[in-house]
Amino acid sequence: MPKQDAAPKWQDLALGCATLEPGSSKYQKTGDWRSSRPVWNFDQCVKCGVCTVFCPEGCLSIDAKGYPQVDLDYCKGCAICVTECWTGCISMEEEKD
Amino acid sequence: MEKFNVFASRLLPKEDYVCSGHRACQGCAEALAMRLVHKALGRNTIAASATGCMEIISSPYPETAWNIPWLHVAFENSASVGSGIESGLKALMRKGRIPKRKINVIAYGGDGATADIGLQWVSGAMERGHNMLYVCYDNEAYMNTGIQRSSATPLHAATTTSPAGKTIGGQQTWKKNVPEIMVSHNIPYVATINPSYPFDFMRKVKKAAEIDGPAYLHAYSCCPTGWGSRPELGIQLGRLAVETGAFPLYEVEYGKYSVQEKVEEFRPLKDYVKLQRRFRHLTDEQINASQERLKQEYALLLKKEQMSKEGD
Amino acid sequence: MAVRKGIEVSLAVAEAAAACDVDCIAAYPITPQTHIVEHLSELVNDGELDAEFIPVESEHSAMSCCCGTAAAGARTFTATSSQGLALMHEILFIAANLRLPIVMTVANRALSAPINIWNDHSDIMTERDAGWLQIFAENGQEATDMVPICHRIAEDKRVLLPIMLNFDGFIVSHVVEPIICLDKEEIATFLPIYEPQQRLDIDHPITMGPVGMPEVYTEAKMAHEAAVQNSYEPICEILEEFGKQFGRTYKPVETYKTEDADIVYIMMGAAAETAMSWVDKVRDSGKKVGIVRFRLWRPLPVKAFKEAVKGFKVLCVVDRHFSPGGAGGPVAQEVKYMLYGEENAPKVVEVVAGLGGRDLDYDAFETMYDKCKKVLDGGEVPPFELIQARGGHYGKI
Repeated sequence: MPKQDAAPKWQDLALGCATLEPGSSKYQKTGDWRSSRPVWNFDQCVKCGVCTVFCPEGCLSIDAKGYPQVDLDYCKGCAICVTECWTGCISMEEEKD
Repeated sequence: MEKFNVFASRLLPKEDYVCSGHRACQGCAEALAMRLVHKALGRNTIAASATGCMEIISSPYPETAWNIPWLHVAFENSASVGSGIESGLKALMRKGRIPKRKINVIAYGGDGATADIGLQWVSGAMERGHNMLYVCYDNEAYMNTGIQRSSATPLHAATTTSPAGKTIGGQQTWKKNVPEIMVSHNIPYVATINPSYPFDFMRKVKKAAEIDGPAYLHAYSCCPTGWGSRPELGIQLGRLAVETGAFPLYEVEYGKYSVQEKVEEFRPLKDYVKLQRRFRHLTDEQINASQERLKQEYALLLKKEQMSKEGD
Repeated sequence: MAVRKGIEVSLAVAEAAAACDVDCIAAYPITPQTHIVEHLSELVNDGELDAEFIPVESEHSAMSCCCGTAAAGARTFTATSSQGLALMHEILFIAANLRLPIVMTVANRALSAPINIWNDHSDIMTERDAGWLQIFAENGQEATDMVPICHRIAEDKRVLLPIMLNFDGFIVSHVVEPIICLDKEEIATFLPIYEPQQRLDIDHPITMGPVGMPEVYTEAKMAHEAAVQNSYEPICEILEEFGKQFGRTYKPVETYKTEDADIVYIMMGAAAETAMSWVDKVRDSGKKVGIVRFRLWRPLPVKAFKEAVKGFKVLCVVDRHFSPGGAGGPVAQEVKYMLYGEENAPKVVEVVAGLGGRDLDYDAFETMYDKCKKVLDGGEVPPFELIQARGGHYGKI
């Protein structure tokens, strides 16, 4: 079932009100919750990937060059990555608006 | 700290089965624990969820964070629902209605769902010998309903039903030892896990899934909202819990104990409790008394490990 | 080949479930249901039934487990009674709204306190709103035949709802009756292999039992209401098909000697059989009485019931349960709901009787008749009454 903007009628519900699209939480952009964002200093980053392991959101991944990248659509700004980065290459920057 | 190759984290599976967009609080280490459990279990897994934080954050209609089949029925009974799923698959595979293959069945619940309201259901499912895994995500109180005490809340911790009052200061009872209760069920595998030690964590989850018969995992799950800790400290608190003896890491395989991340010298418990608002009313005497009891329990655990070795 | 044999009804019901080739049974012992699941576990352990028998640690767990087995796509059967059904209460609603086609036989028994293992309908009537389909069988043959019928109804793609098959504890469950038992091959021609519309399948992962916010809860309830209401036609079709195939036709509402009746008893379950023999007896003495019996209780067969009672002067509703301090018995409440505003609606006399194993005997039917006769002769309709209470319902304490 694609994400629906209009609220569904009862006839539109799947059997037993099941949710048929796996991983559809992706439509919830929890990045809205964030008051500050993680920023990487790639000069210091050793591409170990520890930050990606401890992210409760699973919004950190490794890019083509091997550096971590954050999906700001979902990052709630908890800063666990900052605390866990042993090179100290991540810092939090306040969201402007 | 867990000894791992600094680049080993890149060896973890990339796939996530608990997807982004879930509604857990900022810095929720329980969501991290659940994410890691499913990273370890992989795609061929069916989950039965108890009511609780991990249920509501992942399933508000019309969206779901789940990439695997998932069923929520009620609060106390996920173990029983899981045992039903396991039995259903077993019967259907035997009768040739669905293809024969290895499917992990996991049931999970929080500490309230496991140690309190659902203890009977977990006990029943484990005792009956279903080939399934039960995971307790222990954040040491009923967080979903607003931080009420459970039998897994540690001594003196302030919750909304064990507040730090003028005459009674927080939880008055010692944390219920559910893993030990599960060991008494003589099931093949019981282990404690902590997402601050991701490799030990993943190894144990995989072992629990591979072992034939019921397995029980008890997952330390830091809750910044309920504990009054800073969201960025979830992983550090997990390490401190192990280093102070508050949450020892061990496994019991066919009755044989082994302790992981062994503590040679305990970190002061104060280092752990001072980072959490739930403990801020504690006196030094109270902290020291708790530390002593934790040390005694740890010593007992090491004795069990020793006895297990002697039995070999 | 179907054989007619003398068999305890519980065992016949268990054998019918086995002949339906159920995949999973999760159950917990409670009198007077126990013989059913005992016999099923025997059949499993003797290798006569290829199923998982899950001996759970409570009825709550039994129903929880059934949710798991049914969600996995297995044909699921269980049985309970009384306190066991009450303990399942929470999960009954969930099983229904998850649309899991579980079949559960309920050997009806009184609810505590005082603890009482004998028959009435207090267990099932308190679960009226659970969203299950509910059928009442009046004798052993009917109870046995209803097992494949219930599986067929529950699993019909137009229905997909759990179903409770009720029959009176001891009075039906423990009686040895001559019963025609259909075998597996015969039932297979009526009940196809269960193909779930959706299930927990790793190749098509779905999320079952999500959080329903206020924006969707009403729609989820409406979808469920529609499912229960719309099950009526398929139920009638399936009952008819069973009749054509096996020669025993069951209808949602049954009538007995109502053609020229003045007073009609509204009943459910085995007591209707006693009432029938009483009717036969008193008709000779000029009492124009008949019986209307609900076989189908959910969905409530409104149209068929109205049709069945049309033109009668007085209805005597015999309830086996009541709401203390409330509006009397549940059957009477619903009968009055169906008749309210109808032109020339019959007057409704409400009695509560046969509680906790108190016999519904000829004397009881006579007492009811006397009450109804007064109304028939122009007297006022009395309030509901526990007619068998020594000291009288309205006697001084």
